[in-house]
Amino acid sequence: MKILVCMKQTFDTEAKIAFDGDGKIDGKGVTMIMNPYDEYAVEEALKIKESGAGEVTVISAGGAKAQDALRQALAMGADKAVLLETGELEMDEYATAVVLAKAISELEYDIILGGFRAIDDGSAQVMGRVAEILNVPIVNVITKLEIADGKAVATREIEGGSEVVEVSLPAVFTAQKGLNEPRYPSMKGIMKAKKKPMDKKSVSDLGVDVAPKVKALSFSLPEQRQAGKVVPGEPAEAARELARMLREEAKVI
Amino acid sequence: MDFNLTEEQQLLKKNVGNFAREELAPMVREIDEKGGFSWELWRKLAEMGIQGLIGPEEYGGAGVDSLLTQVMVIEELSRYDFSSAANIVSNWAIIRKLVNDGKEDHKARYLSGLINGEIVGSFAQTEPNAGSDVASLRTTARPEDGYYVINGEKCFVTQAGEAEFTIVVVRTSSEKGKNAISALLVEKDRPGYIIGKKEDKLGFRGSTTRTLAFDDCRVPASNLLGDEGKGLKMSLKSLAIGRVLTAAQALGQAQAALDESIKYAKERVQFGRTIGSFQLIQGMIADMAIHLESARLLTYYAAWLRDNDQSYAMYASMAKTLATDVAMKAGVDAVQIYGGYGFMRDYPVEGIMRNVKITQIYEGTNQIQRLIIARELLGEKRSFRELYGQK
Repeated sequence: MKILVCMKQTFDTEAKIAFDGDGKIDGKGVTMIMNPYDEYAVEEALKIKESGAGEVTVISAGGAKAQDALRQALAMGADKAVLLETGELEMDEYATAVVLAKAISELEYDIILGGFRAIDDGSAQVMGRVAEILNVPIVNVITKLEIADGKAVATREIEGGSEVVEVSLPAVFTAQKGLNEPRYPSMKGIMKAKKKPMDKKSVSDLGVDVAPKVKALSFSLPEQRQAGKVVPGEPAEAARELARMLREEAKVI
Repeated sequence: MDFNLTEEQQLLKKNVGNFAREELAPMVREIDEKGGFSWELWRKLAEMGIQGLIGPEEYGGAGVDSLLTQVMVIEELSRYDFSSAANIVSNWAIIRKLVNDGKEDHKARYLSGLINGEIVGSFAQTEPNAGSDVASLRTTARPEDGYYVINGEKCFVTQAGEAEFTIVVVRTSSEKGKNAISALLVEKDRPGYIIGKKEDKLGFRGSTTRTLAFDDCRVPASNLLGDEGKGLKMSLKSLAIGRVLTAAQALGQAQAALDESIKYAKERVQFGRTIGSFQLIQGMIADMAIHLESARLLTYYAAWLRDNDQSYAMYASMAKTLATDVAMKAGVDAVQIYGGYGFMRDYPVEGIMRNVKITQIYEGTNQIQRLIIARELLGEKRSFRELYGQK
């Protein structure tokens, strides 16, 4: 079983977002992590590998920093990594998918996994586009995956419930929270990670069109939350005052 | 001078930190209240393979010899759970001892268990009347028909009662001087191996500390670790590593004191503003950070010297003294910044004060460290016994 996992290096969930002089998001000094949804994908790949025979290859398109996410996956137990170096290129979801699909098409695969979205831009597009370019089925937002006899049965979240889907392999699956509990890499895993192969390719050498279709024009931060107000006094009196404020000041009732 | 961390160090630091924060920290309060070694925590640590970080690969370890890397792992553990960090350091010391001085049979019997966290060992050196003055210890081991017969009493034995075996430092000759001390491996089921009272401690409460007594306890002569009469020399050799790792325990707790102080200074409002906006609080926090970073650099330097095969014993003593004194002050100041709440068990800072105190005492008190440093600087070659013992 050849399993591929697509992943992205993202800002830490607790990172403070700030803009640089050009109004773009400033990544300086920000702690980077593997996109948490991709972590579920890696864990699932490792579980499939451990339940039978298999090989897990992790792939990321990004700057030199993306290497850290790949190393983390190797430390968790993945076998090989492919880094598609984007350098200074601006990549949108289309370009990222084109690049990933091209690199994947040169590899053998039965299962392709990835997070259903990245926690930074949250567009949830890349894996769907990859599946489309490769012309393989995709099952999105899965919380359970079983593999047997060249087929997969996946449980996915739908509005108000869940859906069980059977699909032939190869196929793409995107991971949702609840799929599994990602492991911590062991000390031995970490020490071995550096010795595992990391294939680095420049995106411009892949021979595909990486001109983005979408351009981010500007970024802005959400408005800061105002401090709450405490209405003092006896309950009955305070409630009356609150009702008055809601009606006259906030004008919501 | 290269201050960059290796890829492995970055990964270890990040993952051990995440693990300790998510998995260990939530259990610290309960274990601190109950007091005693927790096998549940030990097994969690084993899932990460932390016990085996320094262990040889053929016994299932990760084979990390770099003391600097070990320091970083201990620092991150201690930042969230002092007891786990200190327990791991003690486990590593026992692994190191077996690797260096153990017979093949000892290695085969115990190393993989110590590495995968199934068992723990313990080390008994201190006696009621022999602490810093190790050479005055009175526990004897008398050779008899291919056995040693042990008699005596040991105290402050970490993990005694939980441990599968104890490495006991004994007197094997009635002669005075340094060639009379040896180390013996004593299995817990040997008749005459008596597990004594469990101590109730100020801090480091996630470990079990007991007294041990030996009453005509017989062990085969093959249980000797290293050469007879060389016990003191062996323990002196491993001391410097233990001191650097003690500095690492202290650094982790000092970091926790700084983390908590910053957090609280930004939250707590008095006179209509956060206390972090008051310059006296700012000064305390700045000093805490200055001292912590200095102690960290000295500790890393001591570890780096050892990793690069240079003489480092004096720097190990300096790092141990500075880091543990800095951490003690950081703990006390963190409680001060928290004010009345800092004195309460519901808040995280009083525990730092209680835990860190032991780091100024064990692995050689900070007074002994200063003597070592001064002796080195002044070129004084005589032992402390010769200098201070009864003439």
